Amino acid sequence: MQTTSFSTRKKVIEQKPMTFMERIYLPAIAKGMAITISHFFKKKATVKWPEQKRTVSEVYRGLHILKRDEIGAERCTACGLCALACPAEAITMEAAERKPGEEMLYREEKYASKYEINMLRCIFCGFCEEACPKEAIFLEQDFAVANYTRDTFIYGKDRLVEKPKEGTKAFDIVKVGRTRELN
Amino acid sequence: MELLINFLPAIVIILVMFGITMLAALYSTYGERKVAAYLQDRHGPDRAGFGGLLQPLADGVKMFLKEEIIPVASNKFLFILGPSIAMTCALMTGVVLPWGDKFTLFGRTFNLQATDLNIGVLYVFAVVSVSVYGIMIGGWASNNKWSLMGAIRASSQIISYELSMGLSIIALLMVTGTLSFREIVLQQHGGILHWNFIAQPLGFLIFLICAFAECNRAPFDLAECETELVGGYHTEYSSMKLGFYLFAEYINMFISSAVISALFFGGFNFPGMDFLAEKGLDPNWITLIGTAGYFMKIIFFIFFFMWVRWTIPRFRYDQLMNLGWKSLIPIALLNLAVTAAVMVIRHSHSFGF
Repeated sequence: MQTTSFSTRKKVIEQKPMTFMERIYLPAIAKGMAITISHFFKKKATVKWPEQKRTVSEVYRGLHILKRDEIGAERCTACGLCALACPAEAITMEAAERKPGEEMLYREEKYASKYEINMLRCIFCGFCEEACPKEAIFLEQDFAVANYTRDTFIYGKDRLVEKPKEGTKAFDIVKVGRTRELN
Repeated sequence: MELLINFLPAIVIILVMFGITMLAALYSTYGERKVAAYLQDRHGPDRAGFGGLLQPLADGVKMFLKEEIIPVASNKFLFILGPSIAMTCALMTGVVLPWGDKFTLFGRTFNLQATDLNIGVLYVFAVVSVSVYGIMIGGWASNNKWSLMGAIRASSQIISYELSMGLSIIALLMVTGTLSFREIVLQQHGGILHWNFIAQPLGFLIFLICAFAECNRAPFDLAECETELVGGYHTEYSSMKLGFYLFAEYINMFISSAVISALFFGGFNFPGMDFLAEKGLDPNWITLIGTAGYFMKIIFFIFFFMWVRWTIPRFRYDQLMNLGWKSLIPIALLNLAVTAAVMVIRHSHSFGF
């Protein structure tokens, strides 16, 4: 039967009968063993996690962070666009009005008094980051969330908000322990 | 009392060797995992203890704590007998192996060997042949077709390869003229050139290949080939009974390494032995260095076993049988004939014909 090839790539491979050296297999086995032993001394492809961590790319979509601005005030204004954009419906928030004297803590007059992301629901797509008009939420390099109970996977503001930089007013407030005002 | 004192060294050596064999088997599991990892560019177990050195203990504890299941439809007596035979036979072979030369303690000189049977090599072969019953009985008693197939494969493989192994050994025995391990080792005294693998390279190769098959090690691990037979003969086994099977396999590997080192690589002989003796080093120390050297050889061969396992893919069943019956046995017979011819020529020359 004539077989037709519709592409020009068809190649008929001619199989020669094995030579004596090939048939006794031992040279091939020795060669294979030389290859495996060379891997014995090679740099390992795996790392000793968690002591060693691989560097991930700059745009890696890991755990979320709620950013602060230059003076240390939270950028989030609780507009809810991130929650709207979230395909997994992992984000909930409650808005509150900024009181006088809290300008150093919250950038706009409205802020999120409660901001929760359910890390079990989150698919780390990064739509919240794209939806945010205030550049408040970003997905950073951290990953591998591990906990014993499911409720601990709901991350509140205590774990989401960026640590204030030193020298900002917010830093001093956090430092003296008035965390209640932040949350 | 005199009788007890005469037997005491043997008893102590048996107990020590029992411990060392178990320890070696225990750490072979760790070594296997580490070697496998390193050959595959991984780190291997490194969590338990320094560098994962306590991993075998953790594995052992895990094995003991697992639920013990005896299938309802199995033959209970034989089901328990299987791993027992495998383990017992694996441990029995160590008795005749020469772990070291003469050792003097409290004015008494004794050999670092439990007993020097004058048919030591035959004894090892006999015990190894019995150990296949452990696999067969276990596989049959499980009342599971995969187990049975694994058992059948194991037994036919071991019987096939025992033939060529025996033939390669006959050629060696013709050269050495003795069946005692101790004398075979002592004959190899005096440098690497006197070691038997120089005189019997082909015999050594055949013996090595057959040792792989006898141990059910890759590339001859068809008896427990996961892709075809689930787990092979130990599919239905759990807890420490499974542990016994796996343990017996590692002990067998240790023992075959020891037998190979003793028969072909000079056992407790090491290069520079006479030099150290001339320098006036205490014979006890030389014996201890020899024992250490013997263990180095054993460890090398265990490493070699693992190295091969992670290099060569498993044989197909027909390939296995082809290799055993159509290649190894003719080569072993040829080796036998050539050895005999060479010996006849030498012999006739020495008598001036």
